[in-house]
Amino acid sequence: MEGQIQVKKMAEYAAEGKNPEVLFWVGCAGSYDARAQKVTVALTKILHNVGIEFAILGEEETCTGDPARRAGNEFLFQMQALQNIEVLNGYGVRKIVTACPHCFNTIKNEYPELGGTYEVIHHTQLLQDLMAAGKLKVEGGAFKGKKITYHDSCYLGRVNGEYTAPRKVMEALDADLVELKRCKTNGLCCGAGGAQMFKEDEPGDKRINIERVEEIEGSNADIVAANCPFCITMITDGVKAKEKQDKIMVFDLSEMIVDSNKW
Amino acid sequence: MGIQQIAFILLMAVVGYFAFKRYSRLRKNIMIGKEVELEGNSSERWKNTFLVAFGQKKMFKNIIPAVFHFFIYAAFLMTQVELIEIIIDGIAGTHRFFAPMLGGFYTFLISFIEILSVLAFVSTIIFLARRNILKIPRFKKSEMSGWPTLDGNLILYGELLLLIGIFSMNGADTVLQSIGSAHYYDTGNLAISSWLGPALFGSLGEGTLIGIERFGWWLHILVVSGFIIYLTYSKHLHILLAFPNVYFAKLRSRGAIKNMPAIMNEVKSMMGLTEEVPAEEMTDELPNFGAKDVFDLDWRTLLNAYTCTECGRCTSECPANKTGKKLSPRKVMMDIRDRVEEVSDHIAKENITDLSTYDDGKSLFDYITKEELFACTACNACVEACPIMIDPLGPILEMRRYEILTESAGPKDWLPMFNSMEQVGAVWQMPEARDAWTNQLK
Repeated sequence: MEGQIQVKKMAEYAAEGKNPEVLFWVGCAGSYDARAQKVTVALTKILHNVGIEFAILGEEETCTGDPARRAGNEFLFQMQALQNIEVLNGYGVRKIVTACPHCFNTIKNEYPELGGTYEVIHHTQLLQDLMAAGKLKVEGGAFKGKKITYHDSCYLGRVNGEYTAPRKVMEALDADLVELKRCKTNGLCCGAGGAQMFKEDEPGDKRINIERVEEIEGSNADIVAANCPFCITMITDGVKAKEKQDKIMVFDLSEMIVDSNKW
Repeated sequence: MGIQQIAFILLMAVVGYFAFKRYSRLRKNIMIGKEVELEGNSSERWKNTFLVAFGQKKMFKNIIPAVFHFFIYAAFLMTQVELIEIIIDGIAGTHRFFAPMLGGFYTFLISFIEILSVLAFVSTIIFLARRNILKIPRFKKSEMSGWPTLDGNLILYGELLLLIGIFSMNGADTVLQSIGSAHYYDTGNLAISSWLGPALFGSLGEGTLIGIERFGWWLHILVVSGFIIYLTYSKHLHILLAFPNVYFAKLRSRGAIKNMPAIMNEVKSMMGLTEEVPAEEMTDELPNFGAKDVFDLDWRTLLNAYTCTECGRCTSECPANKTGKKLSPRKVMMDIRDRVEEVSDHIAKENITDLSTYDDGKSLFDYITKEELFACTACNACVEACPIMIDPLGPILEMRRYEILTESAGPKDWLPMFNSMEQVGAVWQMPEARDAWTNQLK
């Protein structure tokens, strides 16, 4: 599919009396964080190229409330969550895809008790589904021969048990895959979860992202594939702190597909 | 009735009395916690109980300790058969009550127990070495200094005594059978005792042999009796509580933190999403949110705390602990138990009946510091690591809720995030529009 990519909003579809196949939940990081925006753009290109009819909420989307709830601020969580559920239910949203495992987890597992039940998938699950159905192909082999490792995010992996979809997607990249010592159920947190992203660390020996990057260094990988905007930030910071930014690249899986296909 | 029978019945009466007192207190202590609405259905719970508790499924993530632990566990389960026989013999004045009625199967059963017991003996020595010589890091964390380390070792020494009891008893018995001593029924060739007995005691006289057999028998039952009472003071309660703990374990998704309906309903009414809240449900009193003390936790969490065997798998997986922060999920569970014990002692001393006004000037925050609580990344590594489904994350989040909602405290760094979320609905306050990224597509 060629030409300018149009990102329509739910409100526009609603005005036409239509309901798109899927809502792309962008999230705060995907909307505002310069690095995460690149992932948002990459996923948009994929959705566009495989011809999925999708929309975003735009200004009607707010934080899911995940960091507030995990910080202990239930009031703030409920305010965000109930407002989002009002909007989602108002548009009759059925299926949601998001590139943030925290948004994914909260909408999937915490919104139902508040009155919001949707089919929620993480973008790596969508990518695997599209590949399995033959709708998404990876060309070029831009990563052929590169040593790639994968960092399990806590909220896609250990919390929601999704370990295979992202790995299946990586297989298609034709790269040399190496697992980190602490992977899958034993995956090490990047240090951002539980609202740690928004505060200084408590006193300790080192930062958690440094611990993780040291493990990544030990794997001799050229590229770390991730699935979470916060993991990407933390690992990138850790790589910079170790002055390895020329040796180790950090990408989201969707970016790697877009690169391979030169979209 | 022989003197041994009288002594045995007296022992059982004394142990029974103290056990009843200690276990009633334990139950009462656990029920200090709030009511829990159990999720899921009982078939899921039984499945977990069989796989995780009986089957030790989660232990096998770490294969070396899992195998040795399994030997001790299997020996513990199977020895119950021998223990039942000891109790029957003790009361009725019989000797090896099951032997005549089971015949060849008895030989097989006791042989099986003996083989497991040898494996358990070796495993116990390996565990002592792991704790004291190899210095496995998780046994050496700061919360383990003093009593917890001694407790762990005492349990292992106790196990060795139990096994010494079994082999003295069976070994001497085998030799007594071979010399045709009266009352020593032929048990058939026992797998270990048939050679260990003659090797150790072969040259001894009948009187000495009977003495050793009786010593072994009494040692076994005395150590078991001691264990039953000691458990209630020890971290070793998991041998009993692991089963109910796994049965009652949280079944909801790890990703779904416990909802707070009171706050949900209040926010709903603020947003005009519900009918007016009926007047009788409105109170002027500021409610307490989250957990300040053990009364505010649910009984499942207190059961978790009593079930914790302080193995430290949670702490050795905790990213905060790994990087030198004070937080240790194991310490959180140990602190909850210690606080319940303190509260329980105070209740007994002061004869308190109304727990709603309980105040000894202390709370859980005297045990668990804010520095520990706020270092948690909610990554669920501790939850995943626990072989018996203890959830250290639950109380950590409940105590955070108390800090933030009731005390309006917590890390200052979070305020900009909270404010921004409240004002603009995003974790950062940014000048551009939420969909400004779409410009990058042009």
